[in-house]
Amino acid sequence: MARTNSAVAAGPETISGPAATSARPPAQRRRLRKRIELTVLLGPPLVLFVGFVIVPMIFAAWYSFYNWNGFGPLNDFVGVQNYQGVFSGPVFRESLLHNVIIAVLSVVIQLPISIALALLLNRRMRGRTVLRLVVFAPYVLSEATAAVMWLLLLQPGGFVDALLKGVGLGGLVHAWLASTSLVLYTLFAVITWKFIGFGIVLLLAGLQGIPPELREAAAIDGATPWEVTRRVVLPLLGPTIRIWIFLAVIGSLQLFDIVWIMTTGGPADSSQTMLTYLFFNGVQRTQFGYGATVSVVLFAVSFVFALAYQRFALRRDTAGAVTRAVG
Amino acid sequence: MRGSPKPVVIAMAVAAAVTIAACSSSGSSSSGNTGGGSSASSSSGAKVTLTWWHNGNTQPLEGVWQSVANAYHAAHPNVSFSIDPIQSDLFKTKMPIALKSNNPPDIYQQWGGGQEVDHFKTGKLFNLTPLVSSWVSELGSAAAGWQVNGQQYGLPYDQHVVGFWYRKDLFAKAGITSTPTTLADLESDDTKLKSHGIVPMALGGGSQWPDAFFWEYFAVRECSTSVLQQSIKAINMTAPCFSQATKDLSAFMATNPFQPAFNGTQAQQGAGSSAGLVANGKAAMELQGDWETAVVPSLTTDKNIISELGWFPFPSVPGGAGTPSTVLGGGDGFSCTTAAPEPACADFLQYVDSTPVQEKLVTQANIGLPANTQAESVLTNPALKAAVQAHDGGYVAEYFDIAFPQAPGLALDAALANFFAGKGSNSTIVNSVSSSSGH
Repeated sequence: MARTNSAVAAGPETISGPAATSARPPAQRRRLRKRIELTVLLGPPLVLFVGFVIVPMIFAAWYSFYNWNGFGPLNDFVGVQNYQGVFSGPVFRESLLHNVIIAVLSVVIQLPISIALALLLNRRMRGRTVLRLVVFAPYVLSEATAAVMWLLLLQPGGFVDALLKGVGLGGLVHAWLASTSLVLYTLFAVITWKFIGFGIVLLLAGLQGIPPELREAAAIDGATPWEVTRRVVLPLLGPTIRIWIFLAVIGSLQLFDIVWIMTTGGPADSSQTMLTYLFFNGVQRTQFGYGATVSVVLFAVSFVFALAYQRFALRRDTAGAVTRAVG
Repeated sequence: MRGSPKPVVIAMAVAAAVTIAACSSSGSSSSGNTGGGSSASSSSGAKVTLTWWHNGNTQPLEGVWQSVANAYHAAHPNVSFSIDPIQSDLFKTKMPIALKSNNPPDIYQQWGGGQEVDHFKTGKLFNLTPLVSSWVSELGSAAAGWQVNGQQYGLPYDQHVVGFWYRKDLFAKAGITSTPTTLADLESDDTKLKSHGIVPMALGGGSQWPDAFFWEYFAVRECSTSVLQQSIKAINMTAPCFSQATKDLSAFMATNPFQPAFNGTQAQQGAGSSAGLVANGKAAMELQGDWETAVVPSLTTDKNIISELGWFPFPSVPGGAGTPSTVLGGGDGFSCTTAAPEPACADFLQYVDSTPVQEKLVTQANIGLPANTQAESVLTNPALKAAVQAHDGGYVAEYFDIAFPQAPGLALDAALANFFAGKGSNSTIVNSVSSSSGH
C-alpha cells in the first residue's frame, strides 16, 4: 500500500509535471515547426532568387563600370562612361520610346478588346468553349514560333498581302516590316494577336468571381445591361484589370523574342526595344560592360514602375496580403 | 556574320534539322584516313582525348565531323574525341567564358580575323606555326585569315566567296547574253530586266548583313589592297576611298535595283526571303556567298534550280584603285588552345585539311569551297566552279565584319543596314568602326 500510496502521492506530481511542460513546450514546438516550415519552404526559393536574380544583378552593376569584351580580366574601369553612352545615344532613347509606345498601346487598345471579348465569352452561348479555345490558342504557341509564322505571312506579296488583295482591299497592302514608320505597329498587332488570349483568360477568371446576384439585383432595380456592366461588373473587375495592366506594361518593357526574330530591331532601329538594343550591343557585339549598363537601366525602369504601380494602383488590391503582415 | 549564315545554310539545306548526339567512336568510319597523321608521336603516344567544339549542330555536317573523328581515331587509337556541336551564335558567349577558364576545349570553331585577335589576347590560343609550317603553304593564301602577327593561331577548313548568283533563264528572257563585267554593264542589265518586268536584284535587308556586301565590294573596288589591309588593321576607315564607296553605293541605290520593301526581307527564311525570290524566279540575281547553292534548293519546288543558277564576280568600278580580281570572302576554321595535347591537335587539323577529308566535306556536307585547293576537283556545280576560280585567282578580302574585331565589325554592319533603310550618312558608316561603341 505504502508503495501504492507513495505512488499515488507521487501521482499528482508526475502528472502535473508533463501537464505543466505541455503548456509551454507546444508553443516552443510551434515556433520550431514554424521555423522549419519557413526554412524548408522559403529556403530553396530564396537560394534560387538570390543566386539567379540578386547576385547577377550585383554582377551586372559591377560590370557596367567597365569596358569589357568578355575576354580577359575586368581591368578597364571607365566609371560612368557606359551610362553616359546609354543616355546620350539616340538609339537607346528611341528604344525606350518604342517600349513606352507598345505599353501605352497595350493599355489603350488591348485592354478594351480583352474586356469586350471576355464579357462576350462569359455569356452562355453556343460554341463558347470552342471560341475560348480559339482565342487562347495563340498564347500557347511559343513566341519564336509565332514570330517566324508572322514573319513569313507578312513578307511582301505573302499571305497577308494576297489575302487583302483577294478580298478587294489591295489598297491596304503595305511594306509591313520594311517601312520605318509602320513596323512598330505591325509588331504591336502581332503582339496583340499573341497575348490577347492571356488577358481574356485572366479577365474571365475575374468575371467568374463576380456573384451573379449582384447583376440580378441591379437588373431588378431597373439597370440596363450597359449600366450593369459599367456600374457593377467593371468596378468589381478592377483588381483583375489592374493586375493585367501591371503584367502588360512589364511585358512591354521586356519585349524581345518577337521583335528580334521578325526585324532584329530594324529597319534603321525603328523597331528597336531596350532588350534588342541590349542583346545587339551587349551580346552580339561582345561589349558585355555596355550590355550590363543597359540591363541595369532596364532593371531600374522596370523596378521604379513596379514600385510606383504597387504603391499607387495595386495598394487597395494587395492591402493586407502583401504590404502588411496579416495578424 | 558569316558565322551566322553558315549554320542557317546547313539547316536550310537539310530540312530535317534533327540533332543527333551520337558520339559513339565505333560508328561508321571513313575511308579517307590517308592524309594527315604524319606525326609518329601522335599515333604512338599516350592516350589523349581531344575536346572539340564545332558549329556543325545540324546534319549533314554533324555526321560528317563525327565520321572524320571516327576515322582519325581508327588510324590513331591513342587519340579519342569528346565532341560538342554548338550553334554558331553561342560561340560568342561560350568562348569568353571558356577561354577564361582553365579548362577550355582543345579544338574550337574559329572564323579568324579580328575575332581571333580577341581570342589571341587571352593567351589561350596555341601557336600552330611550328607544327604546321611544313604543309600549310598547300592551303595557299587561305590560311592568312587565321594568322595573328604572322603566326598561325588557327586553320581554315573551308572558304567562302561572295558574288552575284543569277538566273540564266531570266537573263535570257531580258536579252542579256553575257554577264556584266563593269558597273555600267550591270546597271544597263538592271534596266533591261526591269523593262521585262523582272526585279533585277533580291536583297535580304531585314537580316542586316547581306546589304553590307554591296558597300564592302564598292570599298574593295575603290581602295587599293594595301589601303584595305592598313585600314582593317588600324580599325580606321577614314581613307577617302571608303567615302567614295559610299558615293558609289548611293548612286547605285538610286537606280532602284532591289525588290520593293527589301528592308523587311529576310536573307534565307522561306520563299519570300531574298534567296527564295531568286529560287522562285521573282528576282534575277542576288549578291551572296557560295552558301547560296545550299540554301536555294530548299526554298523552291524547282528540281533544276541549281542548273538554272550562274555566277559572276562583282563588276569593276571605273576609276577605282582596287584590283578588279579581288573578291570578298572568308571561311570557317578551327583553333587549338594551349590546353590541347600536342601534337595531336595540330595533327588532327592537318588531317581535316587533307584532300580526302576535304573532298568528303565538299561532297557530303555541302561546305562550299574547300580550304585545300586540291579538293576543288570534286566540285560539280558549274556556278561554284566559276566562284572558286575567281576566289583562287585574286586577292581575298575578308568580309569586314569578321576582319575587324567583333564590336566595330557589327557596328559597321548596323550602320550599313541603317544606310540602306535611309538613316545615316557616309560619316556614320566610316566612323562606325572607330567610335568606341558605335551607338
